[in-house]
Amino acid sequence: MIEFRQVTKRYDSDHTALRQVNFHMGRGELAFLTGHSGAGKSTLLKLVMVMERPSAGEVIVGGQVLNSLPRRQIPYIRRHVGVVFQNHQLLFDRTVFDNIAMPLEVMGTSPRDVGRRVRAALDKVGLLKKEKMNPLQLSGGEQQRVGIARAVVNKPPLLLADEPTGNLDPELSADIMNLFAQFSQVGVTVLIASHDLALINEMDRRTLTLDHGNLIAGGTPLQGGARGR
Amino acid sequence: MAADSSSRTRKPDPARGAKVAQSPWREQAESYFIHHRKVARDSAGRLWRTPVASLMTWTVMGVALALPVALLLLLTSLQGVSAGWESSARVTAYMSLGTSLEQARDLAGEIKADGRVIALELIDRDQALIEFRASSGLDEALDYLEENPLPHTLLVTPEENARSAEGVAALVTFIEGMDGVERVQVDLGWLQRLNAMTDLLARAVWALATLLAAAVVLVIGNTVRLSIENRRDEILVAKLVGGTDGFVRRPFLYTGAWFGLGGGVVAWVLLQFSLFWLSGPVERLAELYRSDFALNGLSLDGAFALIIVAMLLGWLGAWVAVKRHLDDIEPGEIAGG
Repeated sequence: MIEFRQVTKRYDSDHTALRQVNFHMGRGELAFLTGHSGAGKSTLLKLVMVMERPSAGEVIVGGQVLNSLPRRQIPYIRRHVGVVFQNHQLLFDRTVFDNIAMPLEVMGTSPRDVGRRVRAALDKVGLLKKEKMNPLQLSGGEQQRVGIARAVVNKPPLLLADEPTGNLDPELSADIMNLFAQFSQVGVTVLIASHDLALINEMDRRTLTLDHGNLIAGGTPLQGGARGR
Repeated sequence: MAADSSSRTRKPDPARGAKVAQSPWREQAESYFIHHRKVARDSAGRLWRTPVASLMTWTVMGVALALPVALLLLLTSLQGVSAGWESSARVTAYMSLGTSLEQARDLAGEIKADGRVIALELIDRDQALIEFRASSGLDEALDYLEENPLPHTLLVTPEENARSAEGVAALVTFIEGMDGVERVQVDLGWLQRLNAMTDLLARAVWALATLLAAAVVLVIGNTVRLSIENRRDEILVAKLVGGTDGFVRRPFLYTGAWFGLGGGVVAWVLLQFSLFWLSGPVERLAELYRSDFALNGLSLDGAFALIIVAMLLGWLGAWVAVKRHLDDIEPGEIAGG
């Protein structure tokens, strides 16, 4: 689903965010991405989202090489990648329902299907009764779940999360992680950037560790132990 | 990808499945139009919810549009006047003094046979003298003259198609070339001056209209730029979840068009009001000059065209703003360091 081949990302002449990173993630796999702040976690996610282009090497998502992707093709790649942010990126000028419906709206889904799919996503994150509320009225954990519902509403084969449990208490964090695990069980590839080591250890999944732009662990899938499936 | 395959492998309820299978293209087009309608309504609603700000923008646009249109209307009114006068353009041909009345009649017949002449009047020299005596008040002075100083005169009215400046000139050359004709006079000078003046005015109006149209585009562009700034988060999220450039631009282009619609309507109201306010005095003035001059109002077609042009200008302004500012908003910055 995701493949990095000798990927290097250099921002300025003196700042290299990623150095020759190699890894591959299959369908339905769940992995963590960890490292100190500034190690290159966000850069790696941005490369998958085509927010940035690699300076060298190849980024392949869903079988498509992103390096030479024309600018106007980028939206179509993003429709296949759900993203969850630490700060949710929800819009407070519309209801929970309308927030979650956005990915469907950009795809031109018919209004009938929008209602059905938004409610299915809300049901999955346990917020079915709150569709008419404004996200501001929700707690932090609930907002994060709305963000997740928006990321999965169009059933993307790939789900990225950037510090999704950053400002949640441990119990809520565990809930959110279980949600991600459920998605990976139905075949979604999930990559979670996090530095919550306790939680990562608890989950016992493949962990990609970055250090100053170098991938120092997790480059190959776990042998034997817990895999995505 | 998996999204499609998963929804396809799941057992769909037959009704929906059949419909999708029948015409996915049609469904796509339908939801595209539904989305257009939604965006159009939504951007109109946004303007409506900030009535003071919207009204100010509409008024600025309205004034900027009403000014050149008012001048254009004045111009067409003036051109109407000169066209009216052109229809009374007559060519006066004076015979040489030695020409007899018989010869003059033959000549008159010959000219009248020409296709470009619609009417011809022959004023013989005796009759001309009587009229001159009556109208000039030089009765006694004329008595001192030994003979009638006036020649036979032909008043030629050209046919409608020959009433242009070139047509009349050709007719003059034709009559001048005839035997017995001493001099041909056309009093077109003042008409040419009026035409030259309206031509000049027309150019000035078009230059002004172009400048004001550019101003309208810039005003709308700036207003839309502010609205882009206000909706930055929304744009980021839309780009993040795979909104195409067209999708992201659409609400702003509609906003521009709605600004144009409002501006066009304001311009029309201003024009109608000024016309109503001016028509009384203009009528009185025209009456004093014994002219049938009247200010032209904007026809229904004209009003329609004005509003369409205003909407296009608004749309263009929005396009300029969107082109300049929307591409700068890329979701890269929200993912954090």
